[in-house]
Amino acid sequence: MSDNQTMRAGVATNPPRRLFLREMAGVAGGACLASLGVGLYVKQASALPATALRPPGALAEAEFLAACVRCGLCVRDCPYDTLKLAELGDAVATGTPYFTAHEVPCEMCEDIPCVAACPTGALDRGLDDIEDARMGLAVLIDQETCLNFLGLRCDVCYRVCPVIDRAISLELVHNPRSDRHAMLLPTVHSDHCTGCGKCERACVLPGEAAIKVLPVKLAQGSRAEHYRRGWEEKEAAGGSLIGEQVELPVRGLEGRAYGDTRVRPDAPVPASPAVPGGLDSGWRP
Amino acid sequence: MNTPIADPEQPMAGGGRGEAARDARARPGDEAVQTKGWLGANKWLLARRASQLGILALFLVGPWFGWWIVKGNLSSSLTLGVLPLTDPFLLAQSFAAGVVPYREALIGGGIVLAFYLLLGGRLYCSWVCPVNLVTDAAAWLRRRLGLRGGRAPDARGRYWLLAFVLGAAAVTGTLAWEWVNPVSMLHRGLIFGFGLAWGIVGGVFLYDLLIATRGWCGHLCPMGAFYGLLNRAALLRVSAGRRAACNDCMDCFVVCPEPQVIRPALKAAGQEHPLILNPDCTTCGRCVDVCSKNVFRITTRFDRSES
Repeated sequence: MSDNQTMRAGVATNPPRRLFLREMAGVAGGACLASLGVGLYVKQASALPATALRPPGALAEAEFLAACVRCGLCVRDCPYDTLKLAELGDAVATGTPYFTAHEVPCEMCEDIPCVAACPTGALDRGLDDIEDARMGLAVLIDQETCLNFLGLRCDVCYRVCPVIDRAISLELVHNPRSDRHAMLLPTVHSDHCTGCGKCERACVLPGEAAIKVLPVKLAQGSRAEHYRRGWEEKEAAGGSLIGEQVELPVRGLEGRAYGDTRVRPDAPVPASPAVPGGLDSGWRP
Repeated sequence: MNTPIADPEQPMAGGGRGEAARDARARPGDEAVQTKGWLGANKWLLARRASQLGILALFLVGPWFGWWIVKGNLSSSLTLGVLPLTDPFLLAQSFAAGVVPYREALIGGGIVLAFYLLLGGRLYCSWVCPVNLVTDAAAWLRRRLGLRGGRAPDARGRYWLLAFVLGAAAVTGTLAWEWVNPVSMLHRGLIFGFGLAWGIVGGVFLYDLLIATRGWCGHLCPMGAFYGLLNRAALLRVSAGRRAACNDCMDCFVVCPEPQVIRPALKAAGQEHPLILNPDCTTCGRCVDVCSKNVFRITTRFDRSES
């Protein structure tokens, strides 16, 4: 009771302090709430959509967002108007530079003017050869519509690739549908693909491209380091690590070539199916 | 800071003069126009608008006409291909986020920092910042429409917000404030394209118009708070040098974006000299314009003379 009275007396004799504390608490609380709101918004809006690619040399996204001051100097020095600054409402962090491969791809300037223009290091000047850029990774994402997968010779993504034959090659495989033709499958190699997006831009399909540049994280699986690749080990060691292998005979198949598992070597070739197709339609030259 | 006389929202005198007082508050500076002429009563305002729009034009003639004098925006720019300028407020956020930028940004930030430290940090607010055009327009309209009421947060809130902005940068590891900063957003939007940033700028306008007199620039903006910290040794200051001639018309209080700064100098409250040394003063010079008695002038902080 007496404590309570003293406290009351103290408050009554010192209203400025009470007022000050109350005001301060209100102000600090309001500012805290506001910045918490901003923080949460930032966390949500930091996710970069898969179609938005950062300029060459961009730091990893988290560091990039800390270093980029949104000045647009990279945009100004891009000679092809590839780069643009995200506006509020775009899915990209507002004010940061990006490009959309499907609209305007990166032309891979040799002098990399966007990187030279960046005053903060959000675009890393350690990148001195544009072929070392990793803006994303091209993925032939739709084999059902890609004309080369249908057996045609479109090859446009391969032809326009600035790192042709290294970043994209055409891999020859047998066409099982006709059984007498080849398919030349555009195949991307992550060692060389810069993610410039020219393949996606050039894809002849009317709407969406069959080959798309995706963020590397989306496009690539993690390497299975716990599996040894025998052929790589063999090459590194200059020979088989386990020495020459003895080929043991298989009972009943003696005298056959290794791997020939037909039970009767004189067995007739199976009759052609009614509808030609499959791996062997029976056609012979 | 909460000096009662500094609040232009309070009725000034007894009921009989209410109508006239309201009209005077709606059109401060009318008397000055009569005594000094329109040009004389608006010269600092015109100079300030010329500065704000001229700086904006320097950035815009590049993208509009291909005359590349200045590239970039107020966050960071390159003038004539040689002079880098970077906003030290952005660099402070970058440092808080744990980034040390390249030398260009540091040099550019140093130049800007030195300029504002020397001449006065809040010159940025009144002579450069594009949001000033928006909030001045809101304040003008609020006066004309005679809007009352609303509630302005404590003016110290901006320093708290500044602390939290830097804290948010440190915690999130990104320039968190730049997601919503109306200042950089407006300038960038004018030069590079807006998107929905109109919404944020419109929000600032409506907030100042309907809710809080001079609410954004005078109470909330952490960027203004940052430049206010650079304003403590400002060389350029406003002096109420002829305060003996003051006829208490209150026009200066009505137009001043930080009206709490005037009284100590004008009424010698807590200080002897007539200099406005409060770092909240943006040295906009509007008080010089609207005073029909030529009480105020823009001078240096060493000029304590009275005449």
